[in-house]
Amino acid sequence: MATELKKTDVVIIGLGAVGGVAALPLAQAGLNVVGLEAGNWLRAEDFAPDELRNNYRGWPQSVQKANLEIPTHRPNASAPYSPRLAIHPMMNAVGGTSLHYWAQSWRLSPWDFKVVSETRRRYGASRIPKGSTVEDWPFGLEELEPYYDRVERELGVSGKAGNIKGRIDRGGNIFEGVRAREYPMPPLRGSGFTEMMADAARGLGWHPFPGPAAINSRSYDNRTGCVYHGFCARGGCHVNAKGSTAVTTIPKAVNTKRLSVVTEAHVIRIDVNDGGRLSGVSYLKGGTEYFQPADVVLLASYTYENVRLLLLSKSKGFPNGLSNNHRQVGRHYFSHNTGGAVTALFPRSLNSWYGLPAQGVAVDNWADDNFDHSALNFIGGGNLWIYSDRRPIAAAGMSTFGRAPQWGSAWKAFIKENADRANTAYLQKTTLPYEDNYLDLDPAVTDPLGYPVCRITADFKDNDKAITVFVQDRMSEWYRAAGAIATEKGPVGTMGPSTHAYGGTRMGDNPDTNVVNKWGFSHEVPNLGILGASVMGTSGARNPTLTAQALAWRTAEYLTKSWKAITG
Amino acid sequence: MPPRIFLPLVSPAGDSLPSLAQAPGGSAASTLETLTAAEAEVLGAVTARLIPTDSNGPGATEARAAEYIDRALGGALASFRDTYRAGLAALDRYAQSARGSSFARLSAADQDGILTDVERNAANGFPQSSAFFNLVLAHTIQGTFCDPYYGGNANFVGWDLVGYPGVRLAVTSDEQKLNARPAPTHMSAYEYRMFSGRRPARAALDAGDAHAPAVVRQETDTGAFVSRGDRDGD
Repeated sequence: MATELKKTDVVIIGLGAVGGVAALPLAQAGLNVVGLEAGNWLRAEDFAPDELRNNYRGWPQSVQKANLEIPTHRPNASAPYSPRLAIHPMMNAVGGTSLHYWAQSWRLSPWDFKVVSETRRRYGASRIPKGSTVEDWPFGLEELEPYYDRVERELGVSGKAGNIKGRIDRGGNIFEGVRAREYPMPPLRGSGFTEMMADAARGLGWHPFPGPAAINSRSYDNRTGCVYHGFCARGGCHVNAKGSTAVTTIPKAVNTKRLSVVTEAHVIRIDVNDGGRLSGVSYLKGGTEYFQPADVVLLASYTYENVRLLLLSKSKGFPNGLSNNHRQVGRHYFSHNTGGAVTALFPRSLNSWYGLPAQGVAVDNWADDNFDHSALNFIGGGNLWIYSDRRPIAAAGMSTFGRAPQWGSAWKAFIKENADRANTAYLQKTTLPYEDNYLDLDPAVTDPLGYPVCRITADFKDNDKAITVFVQDRMSEWYRAAGAIATEKGPVGTMGPSTHAYGGTRMGDNPDTNVVNKWGFSHEVPNLGILGASVMGTSGARNPTLTAQALAWRTAEYLTKSWKAITG
Repeated sequence: MPPRIFLPLVSPAGDSLPSLAQAPGGSAASTLETLTAAEAEVLGAVTARLIPTDSNGPGATEARAAEYIDRALGGALASFRDTYRAGLAALDRYAQSARGSSFARLSAADQDGILTDVERNAANGFPQSSAFFNLVLAHTIQGTFCDPYYGGNANFVGWDLVGYPGVRLAVTSDEQKLNARPAPTHMSAYEYRMFSGRRPARAALDAGDAHAPAVVRQETDTGAFVSRGDRDGD
């Protein structure tokens, strides 16, 4: 039988990018919090600049529960399954994937919160893609602004504001929504290559700007500035310049003595009492099952595991899974369209061996609704992102642009000359939810405990594909303007497991189409809060983490202010 | 009671840093850790054609890519041990039937012909040979361009080939200028003091593999994740 532990105020399932943020306002308010984390504590010494380990071996430094439950994928309900990934896109450790993410820390654009109403207003209702279940968010950017601001300061985000209280600064993103004030740190420096690309964008009449990153550009909050050594992509920071929650909000919360961190905790179920309220969380650690009673549970285990844990937590009152009596858990799922890349070959070395994915230059002229779509066959757009980051194994696997075979002496001659002459843009594009894109439990594939893994049934739709074609053309144009002698467009691919997975527990006022209310708490279970991009109903054209973190802070703050109402 | 699935991270206390200064090819054949001598001979000959030693300098042979694969097959790549056993045998059988000799004894041109057939799924008696080809090519690239800690990229020949200036713990603004050409550091990450006490297991004690369930092993690590690294940021 399970060992029952002492009751606590709040249990957070997953101490990653969002659970690690939510812990701080709770602990600061004096609530006792237990953080259940599947991975381990890691420290700077664990983050050797080792491409093989970071990018090919699935982070053996920490217990990787995620690798035991990699979601399956099929493009639609009658299509064959895609090959299963060998490594989960996310990782387990205290701090979670915020340890090794790119740390691009964007705010969404105002349009992203009002896609439906703004599209109707500007182009007519017929321009909402057929079959899409997209809704306006229950609030606009202005509601989230103070939380973006707070998280930018707690984590330490570097960047250049483009719109402070309506005053446009052309050094930043002229298209961004209103901000109350400047970033806490100036942006990361450019490299010779990114400056070359920025010049080319200006030559086209576009508006290049340095992107925001949760990475110190100088000393901040007793952590040093970035050292640009080139192992940031799926690599932890050996100088703690990256503002992962493991070096920012979590240690601050631990210092209040209100947060208790339990590592290697494998959560198997969220438990419900006879009254339909949560009673606590069951987890395994070291072969023993524990029951952690709590007044409130915050589910923060990333989109796939959030949905899976809810669907696995069946009870008399919730026979279809927790908080799923409206059959909305798993619906409105989508993963960001980040495929369809463009790669360019230049006639000169770019010296891009060092740097990091967040050290780059962005163009938003073709993102969101920043341009007229009247004559186009899609809504939304893409953020164009160019950065300096290259390592030898990946460089050797570069495209040969049809100019050389894939092996042998001719190939070797090609990579000897061109390994540092190519660059791949990162193109994030608006992606929408659809009726027939969803998550559920796989009927055949289980984890080693015998629990079904999450199954993704989803594919990109016409709107997503039309954006890709348009944005790839813009990117090719930019590369050519910078002197590229060849460009190559990648396929859009399919909607498999992703680091940018949205929906499944969408936030909205209507319980018939949303799992959580505008505060992030379940419509059906009053003491269940859900954190992460699984509550987001639109993706925007930029990385989700800062938005998910701002929402997490907001949900946690709401809990501290509404404790009696929520705990009944 | 569920099975105990949380194994502690194993730190191989007796493991020592590889001798990075060791000259490749000069000493006697290295000790095999996983492959048989016959398998290693075929694999060595294959890697020598994938990344040849030629007028552009050292290749997979000097990098010791086959030795890297041999070691990794006992650890992080253990799930591919059977694939290598079957694939190398099938490749050698095809060389015998198509060109009348074991692969390692063929001329370079004949070896390239065999490998081209294998790459294109045109090798009789060798179903799905292109998957095996792509696997070996991916691992040969890993073994030629990885941190020398893992036994490949000996004497940094891979990094020098592509002009990678090497692992640095900090990089200056000047070193990132367009025309800058930082001098090669020729150091393994694990030669830096900061990381020398936290080295990953290289072979049989690889923790990542110990945690990998059988179901994960159905996939290769040749394509999906490499391309994801290029396209799917965080």
